[in-house]
Amino acid sequence: MGPAGPLVIENIDFAGILLGGLSAGTVLFIVSVGLSITMGLMGFVNLAHGAFAMFGGYVIVLAMNRAHVGFAAALAIGFFATAALSAVLERLLYRRLYRANELDQVLFTIGLIFIFIAAIVIVVGPESQLLTLPPALRGQVNLGFTHYRAYSVFLIVVGFLIVTGIWLAVERTRIGAQIRATVDNRRMAESLGINVDRLFTITFAFGSGMAALGGGLGAEFLGLDPQYPLKYLVYFLIVVSVGGLGSVVGVYYAALLLGVLDFTLKLYVPKGGTMFIYVLTILILLWRPQGLFGRKET
Amino acid sequence: MNVAVSPAEQAAAAARIAHPAARVLIRRHHFRWWEALPWLAAVGFYFAFPAYLAFGNELLITVLFALSLDLALGYAGIITLGHAAFFGTGAYAVGLLAFHGIWTEPITSLMLAALAAAVVGFASGLVLLRTRGLTLLMLTICTMALLQEGANMAHDYTGGFDGLPNLAIAPIFGVFKFNPLYDNTQYLYALAVLLICFLLVRTLVYSPFGQSLTGIRENLLRMHAVGSPVRRRLVVCYTISAALAGIAGGLWAQTNAYVNLSALDLDRAATVLIILILGGYGRLYGAFVGAVAYLALEHFLARIYPTAWQLGLGLLLVLIALFAHNGILGIGEMLWRRYGARRAAS
Repeated sequence: MGPAGPLVIENIDFAGILLGGLSAGTVLFIVSVGLSITMGLMGFVNLAHGAFAMFGGYVIVLAMNRAHVGFAAALAIGFFATAALSAVLERLLYRRLYRANELDQVLFTIGLIFIFIAAIVIVVGPESQLLTLPPALRGQVNLGFTHYRAYSVFLIVVGFLIVTGIWLAVERTRIGAQIRATVDNRRMAESLGINVDRLFTITFAFGSGMAALGGGLGAEFLGLDPQYPLKYLVYFLIVVSVGGLGSVVGVYYAALLLGVLDFTLKLYVPKGGTMFIYVLTILILLWRPQGLFGRKET
Repeated sequence: MNVAVSPAEQAAAAARIAHPAARVLIRRHHFRWWEALPWLAAVGFYFAFPAYLAFGNELLITVLFALSLDLALGYAGIITLGHAAFFGTGAYAVGLLAFHGIWTEPITSLMLAALAAAVVGFASGLVLLRTRGLTLLMLTICTMALLQEGANMAHDYTGGFDGLPNLAIAPIFGVFKFNPLYDNTQYLYALAVLLICFLLVRTLVYSPFGQSLTGIRENLLRMHAVGSPVRRRLVVCYTISAALAGIAGGLWAQTNAYVNLSALDLDRAATVLIILILGGYGRLYGAFVGAVAYLALEHFLARIYPTAWQLGLGLLLVLIALFAHNGILGIGEMLWRRYGARRAAS
């Protein structure tokens, strides 16, 4: 431990704080983006989204630690395993509740969280799991203006690539156009021959897969234990509601904002710093109930 | 007053009352015989299980808390995950007054707890109830989290994370003392408070005010169209609901003689929501059935097999959400109706 007091804070320069906050925000973004898309598309209050992130995180970490799969391969396995599981759940269970009221959706997804938690405790155990980083991502990297942890920089770059990729997919591809059409007017989209059911399943599975990536990539930052879906539920919901339902770019900005704020506040105001985040969320939502980048309800 | 009524008018009034729909409406709020059952059971519990009165006390407080949520969520359709904000406000009001030796008389403390919670409910309701859906859900959660952080930060007054232990509460009416080892006084006290609050809620939901709340829940646009002051009704309902939750919190603080941050936890808010939906919302007795079912299972299962309890609870919630939209009471009602239909057919 270094000397206490202002000296320590002086060592962490502005760039360091910004990079740390951005990498934290990136993790929040990767987990939450799927929640935003599915909530915007289906209007479904899916509180169990974090459970898919946890499931994927466990698959990724266990694949690396126990089966000694490489980092990239483990991420791919986690993505597809979670996407497949969520597609099955969507077809069998979620689908029945799209038209139900919000209370039943809340109850159902809280129930799912409990089932996931209990299942993880029974199958893997209650202790938290550690992510072993591949050698290439350990240590520091020289950014020209500062040295910083290579993994954090890697996260920020990955997050930027993901937001660009999803944005391009939504704006420029056929399926993206179908998603936008369905968000705007579901009945009209159906009349035009868009298979809305299939679209729901695909986006749901993709969103859960992204959550799985977030769960794995963020494991060394958010930790990974059976209480994960409950612990971070409020954070994911803040990101989605502040960013605006269905807005990929909005979620990205909201997540980065929350990440930087949280990181800075924990450093300078360790006691009660989170209070500021709640106040800010309340003010933003009162100012724009549909979120910063959400569209006004019609 | 003695107003002369013509025979024709009398006959017309009698005919109106004779109409089946009119009869149903007039009788709607009458007490039915089975409504005495929960109270008889509660009194019976007192004599039958003297060793479990602490559990019984917790049960009664949970029923009151769930009942307060039923008013806001079940009747007015305000979807909130932050109801513990008011429970905690009431608990801390009682706790702070007692811990700092300002006021320890239990009944007036409860009233102060209700007042404090009502103020928070009114202030937050005034701003929050303009929103709906996910935004409202988030705002209620954030308000609660804000209060919890505040209670945590005001360490000098609230004891922060450790809370306020060993609250000295004066005897009720100056006679009946709270004994931490024997919960007899606590149990009967909580039962009396619950009965009074229940009668209040029951009167309220059958009043025209309560009817307009149900209208708002069922069809918001139409209520606007018929000129109902929707926002005002919602804020009033939210404030009353908050006051009742504050009383539940105050009771909790008094009977346990401590307050800590768990009073303001998301866990508590989620649990009471689960309990209410489990029992069946918007039907007064759902709070009773849900609390009994949940707490009894939790009390006897969770301590032995915590993981199995969580798994079972999760499965139960999923099944209820998928197949029984109105909780245990909804299932009972459906079975009763089927039984009635079969009897009518044969």
